[in-house]
Amino acid sequence: MTDAKDERRPAGELEAGVMAVLWAAGAPQTPGQVQLGLGNGLARTTVTTILTRLYDKGVVERRRQGRGYAYYPVQDAHGLTARRMHSELDRDTDRETVLARFVAQLSPDDERILRDLLEPGER
Amino acid sequence: MTATLLLLLPLLLPFAVPVPARRALDRLAPVTALWVITLCAVVLAGCSLAALGAFVLTGLLRLPAFAALGELVHPLSTASGPVVLPAAAVSVGALAVCAGTLGRAALKEFRAFRRARTEAGRRPAAGDLCVIDSPRPDAYALPGRPHRIVVTTAMLRSLDAAEREALFAHERAHNRGGHHYFLAVAEIAAHCHPALRPVRRAIRLAAERAADEAAAAAVGDRRLTARAIARAALAGQEARSARPGLAPAAASGPVPHRVRALLAAPHVTRRAATCAAALLLACATVSFASSVTGLIDFHHRVEIAQGEESR
Repeated sequence: MTDAKDERRPAGELEAGVMAVLWAAGAPQTPGQVQLGLGNGLARTTVTTILTRLYDKGVVERRRQGRGYAYYPVQDAHGLTARRMHSELDRDTDRETVLARFVAQLSPDDERILRDLLEPGER
Repeated sequence: MTATLLLLLPLLLPFAVPVPARRALDRLAPVTALWVITLCAVVLAGCSLAALGAFVLTGLLRLPAFAALGELVHPLSTASGPVVLPAAAVSVGALAVCAGTLGRAALKEFRAFRRARTEAGRRPAAGDLCVIDSPRPDAYALPGRPHRIVVTTAMLRSLDAAEREALFAHERAHNRGGHHYFLAVAEIAAHCHPALRPVRRAIRLAAERAADEAAAAAVGDRRLTARAIARAALAGQEARSARPGLAPAAASGPVPHRVRALLAAPHVTRRAATCAAALLLACATVSFASSVTGLIDFHHRVEIAQGEESR
């Protein structure tokens, strides 16, 4: 992953990447922290631009921190959507028919095999 | 009589397909496998429905009322009567069950999809990403306009930055490849003929494999993609075992297969691949040819019975 490759990616994908870092962090992040979190060599100015754009869209909130801002994702009112979506997800099992899920459920065998396969790396 | 046997073939062939489908999955490039298996499933499902339809019509035309309606002047020449009517009755039953389950499944799918779409539409989106604040790791591609990727916060937190990129690339590949169309076709085919259910599984796996390969190409690292899948699956497992209400699926799942395929070097031996594809396409062709021949013969017999054609 080189700088050039990342700079050429569609703006939407960069926004998604930045948003993922903010959600994963769980605490307000400065552009520098986001840049570190992305870990793909994106320039700090690019990260700041993306964060500003997300703020303008109302997708993230920000608060003053030092000389700049720290950004965090906007939670929707009362977490209502999250709850509704969650109960939707709970009814899962056969929902993977039209919605292509990233991973299916594992059987105990699967779990063991996966851990074995991951062994050389970590975990 | 031979026509009846010809029309039985499309009903029996689906039983022969799951094994070659599985083999095609292992030997073909995933995208090719996805196309070939889906095409085969469509043809087999369509032909078995056509055969059932022909049996129903044959039975109906034996009944005096329907024979009059069909303007038959001679009795329809068919296999012996004791076979025709039960065959027709069974076919009517099979078609009814088919239509019933298909209708119900389609309605359920459509509702679930619409609800997911509405929820995603309500969320503010960054690019194509829609995040749901939930303690349960989950991610899926949501087709529609515009395409979305739905990911829960728990999923984002159980992966590192590079793995998240692999996950996003995977989901984008689903949307870009229009995989939901294949999944929908697989669903319909599985409702048309029970023997096509394992084929539906093969189509789903082929779609996942195609997206995995696309993701590996996008992030430029097969190992990383494999790790992302494995960690996401294990994280989901941990979340589930914390909540005893949900029993895990019994069958050995597709995830280890995908991880293994990514860890292995990509290898497609041209000859084995061609064989696997040819076998599936041959099944589809035989099914198509026999049902068409059977239907033409049936049509011919009806015309004879209508007195429009001499024997």
